[in-house]
Amino acid sequence: MSASNRSHSCCSGYTRSQLLRSAAAEAGKGLPAIEPGMPEPAGTGLSRRKFLARGAGLALAVYGASKIPLSAFETGIAQAAQSDKILVSVFFDGGIDSLSVLAPAGDSRYSQLRPNLALPPGAGPAFAEDPNLQWHPAAAALATLYGEGKVSAFPAIGYDHPDQSHFTSRHYYEIGELQVGYRTGWLGRYLDAVGDEENPLQGLSLDGSLSPMIATAEKPVAAIDSVDGYDLWSRVSDPIEAEMFRSFARFGSLPSDSPGLSQVRRAAAQTDKLRQDLAGVGDFSSPVEYPDTWFSHKLAGLAAYIAVGLPMRVVTVRAPGGYDTHADQAGDLEGNLRETCEGILAFQRDLEARGLADRVMVEMWSEFGRRPEENGSLGTDHGAAGCAFVIGSRAKGEMVGEFPGLSSLDADDNLRVTSDFRAMYCSLLEQWLEYDAEAIIPGASGFARPTLVKP
Amino acid sequence: MAIPQQKPVDARPQQRRRKRRRVWKDKHYRWVPDGQGGWRVQGYVYRHHHKPKRGHFRGPGPKPPRQASAPAAAAPAAPPASDPRPAGAYQGPFGEAQAVRLLQRAGFGPVSGQAAQLASMGLVGAVQSLTRPSGPAVLTGPAPRDDDGNPLAPADAWGHDHLWWLDRMVRTNQPLVERMALILHDWFATSNANVSTTQQMIDQSNLFRGRCFGSLLDLFRAVTVDPAMLQWLNGNENYKWAPNENYAREMMELFSLGADRGAYSEDDIREQARALTGWRNDWGDVGAYNFRFEPKWHDTGTKTVFGRTGNWGWEDACRLCVEHPLHPSFFVEKLWSYFIPGAPATDVREGLEQTYVGSGWQIRAVLEQILMRPELYEGPPMVKPPVVQLATMLRRLGRHVDTEAWVWLCEEAGQRLFWPPNVSGWDDNRWLDTSRMRARWNTVTYALEGISVDAWNDDYDEDETPEEALARALASWGSPALRTEHRDALLELAQRSENLILANWQKGPYRALRQNALLQLIGVSPDLILQ
Repeated sequence: MSASNRSHSCCSGYTRSQLLRSAAAEAGKGLPAIEPGMPEPAGTGLSRRKFLARGAGLALAVYGASKIPLSAFETGIAQAAQSDKILVSVFFDGGIDSLSVLAPAGDSRYSQLRPNLALPPGAGPAFAEDPNLQWHPAAAALATLYGEGKVSAFPAIGYDHPDQSHFTSRHYYEIGELQVGYRTGWLGRYLDAVGDEENPLQGLSLDGSLSPMIATAEKPVAAIDSVDGYDLWSRVSDPIEAEMFRSFARFGSLPSDSPGLSQVRRAAAQTDKLRQDLAGVGDFSSPVEYPDTWFSHKLAGLAAYIAVGLPMRVVTVRAPGGYDTHADQAGDLEGNLRETCEGILAFQRDLEARGLADRVMVEMWSEFGRRPEENGSLGTDHGAAGCAFVIGSRAKGEMVGEFPGLSSLDADDNLRVTSDFRAMYCSLLEQWLEYDAEAIIPGASGFARPTLVKP
Repeated sequence: MAIPQQKPVDARPQQRRRKRRRVWKDKHYRWVPDGQGGWRVQGYVYRHHHKPKRGHFRGPGPKPPRQASAPAAAAPAAPPASDPRPAGAYQGPFGEAQAVRLLQRAGFGPVSGQAAQLASMGLVGAVQSLTRPSGPAVLTGPAPRDDDGNPLAPADAWGHDHLWWLDRMVRTNQPLVERMALILHDWFATSNANVSTTQQMIDQSNLFRGRCFGSLLDLFRAVTVDPAMLQWLNGNENYKWAPNENYAREMMELFSLGADRGAYSEDDIREQARALTGWRNDWGDVGAYNFRFEPKWHDTGTKTVFGRTGNWGWEDACRLCVEHPLHPSFFVEKLWSYFIPGAPATDVREGLEQTYVGSGWQIRAVLEQILMRPELYEGPPMVKPPVVQLATMLRRLGRHVDTEAWVWLCEEAGQRLFWPPNVSGWDDNRWLDTSRMRARWNTVTYALEGISVDAWNDDYDEDETPEEALARALASWGSPALRTEHRDALLELAQRSENLILANWQKGPYRALRQNALLQLIGVSPDLILQ
């Protein structure tokens, strides 16, 4: 463990609060390679260094600001393609321990590196494609889907020269490139290319603020903090209420003479549009039973949104809990992982029951994995290769990249990478969203495309 | 016809919780301005988020002193016969509109009558009344209360830290001190997420209040060894045996020099980290305490930072940054950015740099020049941070902090005080998305509690015209200046609403609903979201 974890203030901070709140302090705590400046996620990197546009709406606003000169590459210039496919991104915030999710219980070094945290052989469901691996017992729901051929697992995903800062690594995953200067997310660029000028639901974050992954340059996207409805409360009722919203929308449509004003106008217009789009969808019922958790509730709502035909293309949601398990990992991870996997299973069953399962693909990811050797506080520190999963009825259901084993680690004693996250993105774009990855992911031509989708 | 009197404005969507919480309603009383400089008691329905104790405090508390309108600083002087302004200052008329903008950018907007008072002082007098306050701040009006009517426990109760500061913004007679403290909280962004106690966060904010107009070097040094900062960026884990570079990097990148300007190298960061070694603390049940410099833990070797070699310590580390040739431009541009959108022109920036260096890095000297710049009065508007918008609204409405709802509403709007998202502070370019705009709307709804009318129980004026309706709503908001097209949109709404009245019984209630609609829309109009 790094010396700085002695206080546990940072680590417990992660489990208690959002990653971003602690990430800045976390980076730099005796890690081997600290990046020159921790970038913020896409769409927010600007103000860190160039604060001159503060509050002026000059920089990239959430709805996009077409005034910003972005390269043709960033904005995406290809013609729009219609698709009814939906990609749902689920983020394990903090760096989930892939060596617990897919435990190498058959690897002889596992119990040496993890005298306290290693899962005993047979503790969880088997992983058919590699007899040395087994699922965490709390991931049994995911193992069920895997057994049905609906899960493609990446047991050691990452990129060359892994960065162990939460911020930097997460930023790379969000923008789909190993750089710090991008303002648009990889899915944001996709939406800019194929999205609609008027439809904020095409890119939807379910966590109360916009995910940098869907930060666009131009097209509208939306964030909600609850699937139970998007109410604007007031002490006004019909028929006057309808008139009130008409006037609110009018605030959004009048001409602007400053970037700040146009930012407010866009927000007003999109807010009113979203209010109408989501009117009446708050009360939903599900054909299957979901676990009684907030995360499952969001997914249940999402399935209902899909069922009523809301025009979504990309949806982001954070997995429950925090995964930066520097201390007392076993308990934290177990509960959060179970909640996540059981939610995903119920979501899949819901989609199947509604006949929608062929339209939805789920991608689960984290910014990195954790160090194979456990630390002194029953936890693990930041590592390199991690895990990712592509889940759905149309998922190919084949492992991508082998498990590299624990006998030869990288120079920092971390798990070696056997698949690149950008290759996963390229395949998801081309095989699922049916859009040319060359226009979205820098250097796409250099990545071999794993087959992720059943023909 | 069952039209609900009002929507369940109290149903707070809970993170990770499906069921909305039950609320308990009863009647409370509070002091509200009577419009003549005094106060009157107003009854209103109070929504408790916890079951209230029998006989709990229901207001109105002691009557506030007269001069309801308020926390104005000095007594209104007679209009200055002349208003001589320094070179480079705004030379146009300084009336109420300009005074409002100054109060908004350098504070939390006007309370009733304050703009006229400030305008009468002239530009220079007005600016100096903000930048040169005398004595401790005076908080005017009812003390803040939680949902149960109890006094706040800022260091101990959830959210009360946020309410404590919000209350200072609303009631202080030294608004620029609070605004500067907020700016410095963003500049030297520290989060309670990695700090043991909330009291240490509050202490840091008091440090900002006390030093916001003085020497930047003194402030920088005080922040560097502030217990909250020492924890947040690991200054307390930076020993000569194992230097931690976290603070060394951020003090250059975010606090004094800026990234990507060629101001420093990775070697400078490593050497600077050595200069900063030696601070430590003890750990106990309360968390981190007893912060001190331990000479034995300090690296006493020679360090070379920015090409300057010496046996540098933590005070030198701060001085070396401030003496760096690229620091003045960083400082004046960053300070400028909090008050005026867009970068200063080169000659303007250079003039501010000269003022800054010539004054010995005095913040006030630069601040006064920025607050007198024509760009502030003639330039485009900026989006208010959520907390600033809320404080502004409460001041305009004559309301005070009497509910914990402001905590989660501000959090949903993206700005929970003492919890900035990361060490680079809040991102002022991302204040508005659909989720955060909704939070601002709902914040307005809460702010209008007790001010909106009861459409079904009050006997609302059945003869009110659209013009009268708008005038009444604007007066409730302290008569903000609206852009013409927004005013027109509201008048159209008032007229359209009247057209919906088809039956006699609707005459009063629909006009009451119209009043509430106008009140709501003024609150979420671009005019009130922008500053």
